Amino acid sequence: MKRALRYILFYSALIGVWALLAKLRVWPPYIFPTPWGVAETLWAGFADHSFWIAIGVSMRRMLIGYGISVVLGLILGLGVASNKFLEQTIGGLLVSLQSLPSICWLPIAVLWFGLTEKAILFVVVMGSLLSVTISMETGRKQLPKIYSMAGRNLGARGIQLFWHVTLPASLPYIVTGLKQGWAFAWRSLISGEMIFVTLGLGQLLMMGRDLNDMSQVVAVMILIVGLGYLVDGLFFKAIERRLQQRWGLTSAA
Amino acid sequence: MTHPLRKPVTGIPAEHRTLHRPLIARRADFALTATVEPEPQIPKLSLSNVSLSYATNSSGHLVALKNINLQVQPGEFLCIVGPSGCGKSTLLHLIAGLHQQTSGEVLVDNAPVQGPGTDRILIFQELGLFPWLTVAQNVEFGMRMKGVPKSERDAKIRDYLRLVHLQQFKDSYIHQLSGGMRQRVALARALATEPDVLLMDEPFAALDAQTRDLLHDELERIWAETRRTIVFVTHNVREAVRLGDRVLLMTFRPGQVKREYQIDLPRPRHLEDVHVAGSAREILDDLREEINKSLAEEYGLEASA
Repeated sequence: MKRALRYILFYSALIGVWALLAKLRVWPPYIFPTPWGVAETLWAGFADHSFWIAIGVSMRRMLIGYGISVVLGLILGLGVASNKFLEQTIGGLLVSLQSLPSICWLPIAVLWFGLTEKAILFVVVMGSLLSVTISMETGRKQLPKIYSMAGRNLGARGIQLFWHVTLPASLPYIVTGLKQGWAFAWRSLISGEMIFVTLGLGQLLMMGRDLNDMSQVVAVMILIVGLGYLVDGLFFKAIERRLQQRWGLTSAA
Repeated sequence: MTHPLRKPVTGIPAEHRTLHRPLIARRADFALTATVEPEPQIPKLSLSNVSLSYATNSSGHLVALKNINLQVQPGEFLCIVGPSGCGKSTLLHLIAGLHQQTSGEVLVDNAPVQGPGTDRILIFQELGLFPWLTVAQNVEFGMRMKGVPKSERDAKIRDYLRLVHLQQFKDSYIHQLSGGMRQRVALARALATEPDVLLMDEPFAALDAQTRDLLHDELERIWAETRRTIVFVTHNVREAVRLGDRVLLMTFRPGQVKREYQIDLPRPRHLEDVHVAGSAREILDDLREEINKSLAEEYGLEASA
């Protein structure tokens, strides 16, 4: 209750200061938008469905691109973690590739796939694949040996051992990796959409710039933050919390 | 009905009730139990000339175990003591089939060990309970791997949780339990696969004295009720004497059998019994020699480094 009150106070103060500055006309509205202008844009955007369509398009790309990188990342991460040769070769390459901002894959994507949906999916996959792979790999490697020994000792073999011991034992790491992967995919998608104009939230944001419509820019930014928070802060947080409770890790956090 | 443990011990002549060191103790390869129990039984476990060496990254090989000869009879409670680093845990891993010996033979019921099997369950020092499963699901694990039908599994979970007095905690997760309760879960999980041999690696080392006392009583009771063969590794000599039919003392690196002691004290025993203390005293004197060796080596290594 106290926390909710704190949130309400903080955000109303923030909006209050914003409204005050806008009202005093310290800067002209095309540089500094008003809260009511942004609210109006949001309302209008949802009313004429343009925001819904953009959200739908962006989310569809996320689900496909992120889905691909999760499947590939889990397989790749497990492979790298279980084989010394792969670890020293592919593992090293992955770590060095991670320093590459995902938007740098866009030129390649456009040259390979043209101005198509595939190009943007490629950027999303490249943006999140590495972090999913790397956290899967560390999860697999940090897995205490005792669990697989205990599993073998109790008669688990091969795929049984993987399914009933290795996988659940590394679940906390996997979820962290999935969460991180989602955040990276989201960033890659929006930046991809901004440069490479075909629908989506990123394109709406860029359109606001082209039309010199500051209210739209801020409204879309709010949407991007809001959606990111919804998935990251609510969905993944809830899974993480449940896992931590079950494992008894909550006190460590 | 009298409890099996409450029955007076018969068949052991009074003069043998105190500890006696076998004359042949210096010859480790001699199977001591053969002289005590004249029945021509197939030993449950039989190790002959078992050695194990590791390749260390700096200088050649480290011999962890050397020429271990050992037989354990069905239903026997054998305790192994030794200084840390004598390879007693490794020995259990060999029997469990989690490691492979460099040379020699490990036989279970006269058949060579080929990998892990649910006829021999090891209770690890760190237990290795699965934190993502409830107490009941942990106990169920081995049976599920074996493909035991659900109704039978449920019945056995009930039985074994009752045996270790944890029925009311069946839906708890491991982190919600105390140390002593976790030990009992590990015991129930191991017993639920119905192994012939229970291998225990310093299972009570991390517990407080009261809990340990309690678990000693429970283990002795469960052993009497289920008649499993138990190989119990500990560094606590008094614990070994309290529990074991026989105590085996191992030397510091390379791990060899230094001596065997037959413990013919009547059961149930108590840690504070005069006879337990007296027998432990004797073994401790021999053990101290080995501990000094291990200390000398460790300090020696430190000095040269």
